[in-house]
Amino acid sequence: MNMMRRLKVTMAAALAVGLANTFTAHADEQFFPLQSYRVGPYAAGGTGFFGGFIDYLNLINIRDGGVNGVKLTWDEGETQYEVERGVEVYERLKSRPGIAAWNPLSVGIAYAMIDRITKDKVPLITINHGRTDSTDGRVFPYVFPLLLNPYSETSGIVNYIASKEGGADKLKGKKIVVLYHGSPYGKETIPIYKRLADKYGFEVEQIEVPHPGNEQQSQWLSIRRAKPDYVVLRGWGVMNPVALKTAQKVGFPADHIIGNVWSNSEEDVIPAGDAAKGYIAITTQASGADYSVLQEVIKTVYGANKGNLDDKKRIGSVYHNLGIVNGILNVEAVRIAQAKFGKRTLTGDEVRWGFEHLQLDPARVEALGAKGLFHSINVTWDNHEGDGRVTFQQWDGSKWKVVSDWIAPDWASLRPIIEKSSAAYAKEHNIKIRTSGDEPVSQ
Amino acid sequence: MFDYQFFLEVLIGGLLSGVMYSLVAIGFVLIYKTSGVLNFAQGAMLLFAALTFVSLVERGAPFVAALAATLVIMIALGIATERLVLRPLVNQPPITLFMATLGLSYVIEGAAQLLWGTQVHGLDIGISDTPFEASGVLISRFDLFAAAVAGSLVALFALFFRYTRTGLSFRAVADDQFAALAVGLRLPRVWAAVWTVAGIVALVGGLLWGARLGVQFSLSLVVLKALPVLVLGGFDSITGAIIGGLLVGAIEKLAEVYVGPSFGGGIEAWAAYVAALALLLIRPSGLFGQKLVERV
Repeated sequence: MNMMRRLKVTMAAALAVGLANTFTAHADEQFFPLQSYRVGPYAAGGTGFFGGFIDYLNLINIRDGGVNGVKLTWDEGETQYEVERGVEVYERLKSRPGIAAWNPLSVGIAYAMIDRITKDKVPLITINHGRTDSTDGRVFPYVFPLLLNPYSETSGIVNYIASKEGGADKLKGKKIVVLYHGSPYGKETIPIYKRLADKYGFEVEQIEVPHPGNEQQSQWLSIRRAKPDYVVLRGWGVMNPVALKTAQKVGFPADHIIGNVWSNSEEDVIPAGDAAKGYIAITTQASGADYSVLQEVIKTVYGANKGNLDDKKRIGSVYHNLGIVNGILNVEAVRIAQAKFGKRTLTGDEVRWGFEHLQLDPARVEALGAKGLFHSINVTWDNHEGDGRVTFQQWDGSKWKVVSDWIAPDWASLRPIIEKSSAAYAKEHNIKIRTSGDEPVSQ
Repeated sequence: MFDYQFFLEVLIGGLLSGVMYSLVAIGFVLIYKTSGVLNFAQGAMLLFAALTFVSLVERGAPFVAALAATLVIMIALGIATERLVLRPLVNQPPITLFMATLGLSYVIEGAAQLLWGTQVHGLDIGISDTPFEASGVLISRFDLFAAAVAGSLVALFALFFRYTRTGLSFRAVADDQFAALAVGLRLPRVWAAVWTVAGIVALVGGLLWGARLGVQFSLSLVVLKALPVLVLGGFDSITGAIIGGLLVGAIEKLAEVYVGPSFGGGIEAWAAYVAALALLLIRPSGLFGQKLVERV
């Protein structure tokens, strides 16, 4: 009996300690579920982005002991960039406590999650991509296409071409060909290019490249015949190096090809070899490892053998730096939300509030060690993009070199188009449009 | 007014692209001809060969040594495929063998990324991709080189099948497996040899496609370009693979440029399949495929 009783007491004590530990751990942790892709056709981008994101979370844990003492945790589920796998990972991880936000870095997975995350009241971050109209926080309270949506990207590219030509008035009579990926992503900007062409008086021709884009001879012969002043490359994956190589084949100069934000990485230019020399692409974050935050990641995270990239040469690459910036934005949203709701594990809805108040001016960006890495962000309850600035980089054969100032897209003229689209979405889905950001937050 | 020079440029570009498709299709034909298996893993083999070669070069191996080492690895892969995948499935229905190669393609793709990583690589085989002008028509030096390689490969195969013992045994097995067995040919040995040759074709195709696209995962997707070639040319004819490739290249480029704008563009991916389907209705065995005559 004595022995049985001792056993029961010991088990009860162990259970109590275990439960206490569990609750303590949950009380001090903020969880990031990661729908990553480290194998498959898009693994190069996935390993870079998620590597950068994890490196930054590790930096905050090692250097600061978490965000105000709240440790950041994460778990990865492999999606291979496939929508159904992304949804499966969502369903598998959504019951974990203390979820801060979802960051799938995939248009398809993000689209499939919008209804789910809205119901579950957890933010969905689609940095530099996603639905353009999800910028409108009145209709999409939980979706955040941070820094850049496809329309702002288009406007930024046109503004850059205008600056190269000597002003917006010089665009009149120019000819621009947009070579786009044959997918919903590629087609998203067709109307806005037409609209900007009408506004500025340039001629635009939009040519589709069927997925995956490993053959572009006919498209580039058509481009050669059209004799455009610039070609905008709105590509993805293998389409990008093939575009650059085929452009060389038909004699089109690389420095008159402007890549969009998914045609701007090392993976897009290295396979093209010499054909990519001089190619220019838009970006929201500069590449390179000279920034303070990158130096801290190298020293603190990689110094402790906790770096996520196998190949250290990739530190500071475009996708890695995008992951770092994404990490900064997520962590700062948590920090801002903690200032309002308390230094504890937050609910998804509380982190959503944090994102809706994510205002990092250049001084704060500098304080975070990211001066020059990205410009600033100013998210509000109804503007979920946050007016990110863009810059342009040119490939010199071995690295990207920034060749412009930080450029502001023409947000004011884009907003009415975005609101028209989001209003249609709200009507179709029977969504009540928010009129202020002061609704109660679920705790 | 119709621009003939532009038409010629599109046509020549299409024909030269078609030769690249033929390079992939030949690998399919070799295996189908001798074993009746549609080897869906051909694209994965191409990726594996190119990734192995470029990874060895990047690790400091000289070009020739890397080429030789990759060749040995592809031969080992071919023999292992025959031993571990096909031999246990002897006498199974063709669909079973096809599904086995489908599974094999995933295994090879996964193994390639596991061994050599997920990064993309540039591949320079020393042939410039800058064009030259002939009578106002731009022609790619690289595409001409690829055409010459494909032509040489076909000529080599013609000699191999006609004058070598192994080549003759390939033909015997292709004509009638049971008769070949009856005269003492060892089928497993022939199949191992043919998978080895398919591995070599994958290496040649992998280097040329890798130089064209960069060495990355999507190299394995070039099989999609070979399928309409096989339907048009016939699954068991090397000549058919060449002619089919040329036809597919020309059809898809001309369709994209001259018909595409009426459909909003982007039709070249399926234009070749439309042509292949149309031909299937008239000649189910393709232009050069062997007509199947069965006694019922």
